[in-house]
Amino acid sequence: MNPTEPNQPSEGKHLDLEMLTHTSGEWLRGSGPDSDIVISSRIRLARNLAQYPFPNRADEAIHAEIEKFFEDKLKKIEGISPLSYLDISSLEKLDRQFLVERQLISREHCESEGSRGVGISQEENISMMINEEDHLRLQVLRSGFALDECWNEVDSLDDAIEAQVTYAFSEQLGYLTACPTNVGTGVRVSVMLHLPALVITKEIQKVFQALQKINLAVRGLYGEGSQAMGDFYQISNQITLGKSEKQIIAGLKDVVPNIILYERRVRNELVKENQQRLHDQISRAYGILKNAQTISSEETMHLLSSVRMGINLGLIEDLEIPTVNELFIHTQPAHLQKIRKELLESAERNVARASYLRHRLSGGDESFN
Amino acid sequence: MPIMEKKCHQCSKPSTLHITELREGGVQELHLCESCAHQYLTEKPSLDESEGLESVANQLAEIATEQDLDALNDLVCPQCGISFHEFRSKGRLGCPHDYIAFEAELTPLLENIHGEIRHTGKFPKRAPQASQHQYRLIRLRNDLRESVENEEYEESARLRDEIQQLEAELTSNETAGDSSEEHESPN
Repeated sequence: MNPTEPNQPSEGKHLDLEMLTHTSGEWLRGSGPDSDIVISSRIRLARNLAQYPFPNRADEAIHAEIEKFFEDKLKKIEGISPLSYLDISSLEKLDRQFLVERQLISREHCESEGSRGVGISQEENISMMINEEDHLRLQVLRSGFALDECWNEVDSLDDAIEAQVTYAFSEQLGYLTACPTNVGTGVRVSVMLHLPALVITKEIQKVFQALQKINLAVRGLYGEGSQAMGDFYQISNQITLGKSEKQIIAGLKDVVPNIILYERRVRNELVKENQQRLHDQISRAYGILKNAQTISSEETMHLLSSVRMGINLGLIEDLEIPTVNELFIHTQPAHLQKIRKELLESAERNVARASYLRHRLSGGDESFN
Repeated sequence: MPIMEKKCHQCSKPSTLHITELREGGVQELHLCESCAHQYLTEKPSLDESEGLESVANQLAEIATEQDLDALNDLVCPQCGISFHEFRSKGRLGCPHDYIAFEAELTPLLENIHGEIRHTGKFPKRAPQASQHQYRLIRLRNDLRESVENEEYEESARLRDEIQQLEAELTSNETAGDSSEEHESPN
């Protein structure tokens, strides 16, 4: 059963979701600085129009008005790559989930109701959500540890939009947001790290505690709360008021290198201590991924995490990091179903996942069907 | 005749706070030093005093809190109509003006979250300060939403016209770079 009609690809105005299944965002390429440990950097700005209530207090008529307003404005923004607009409320659930897996919209945006949309750049580096918790959420995503580049880009984007709209802003409190936890700079700076060695040695707890003391939040990426499937952790600022954007970014820039060093050191210790056991564990993980006939999302994450570390340590040589990064995304539920062009139940997905992994890990490409 | 300095009822430091308690049967005067007064007013007092005093203090403390809460919850933003109570239960504010309407209550909350209450980051480049026009628009939109809910269609139409007109003025004021005079709306 064909779940969705592909969006009309007309002069790049509407994003073709089918196309996205065969590509991956630049941020996944694993090519940025320190990308053995830092998967990606992200900066998000929350902004609101001055003359409207916040989305949670507005009715559908206002939502529709704001959506149309921004959709028009997006076409006129100068100086950045053109954004394709997607009307989220008109998308099928599967497509919305696909965008969440892709990190292009939040889960809240996917699951809420009413007129709302997202503008996405070709390289998937830029994503602008309309009518999420705030009227506008600008996001710039980059591969590796690249917060300054993220800031420069999102700052320019913000200026370009502000030239055409009036933001809700007060001299005392800064940019006014629906939730007081975002007021002031409205900025959320995050870095996604892969920390398998710290998880193995259980030293990840020390990292949590240290970060808590300096007001940085840690969240496991796939999974509930602090449980991190795939050993991916996202670190971000909690404070948005009273510090400048540069100071908040500096807060992360100061601490992330220490975590990187810590993870690298523990990896080396694991190798020194028992290279054979580590190598065996990694090889077995690789073996299962290459041969399983059915495999769950959770197991896939766990094994891919070992394999990813194995490549970094030089223990696996016939596989590349960008491929592994892509596999983390493409083996997720909505991605699998879009690649296969059909809706699948859980058990069927596990079979499809295993099949896709066997195909990709034996050198097959993304157009697998 | 020299005024005798009263000693704190609880310890023997000089008393600096004089609390007058009203209770059945009369007025009780308490003289406490600052730290004992603080304890008395904020905690369940574990003073070795008569039971009566303790229970009154507790009652007062309870009543005060409830009254405070009621007063807080009744606070409403004049532009978007959200009550402080709604904000507390949803965790989301209703409109930019809430930061003014609920300023006294939000300030300690912001301090708690961020440790600071003054923005020191980026400023927008044009017209940074929200104008009365913009708050009026939020108010009109709120009224429109209610009139539609109540099926008051004539009122809805009137409000829409007013909104449109005010938006046009706002746009022309901004393009002309002047926020106080009225101009012909462009186009």
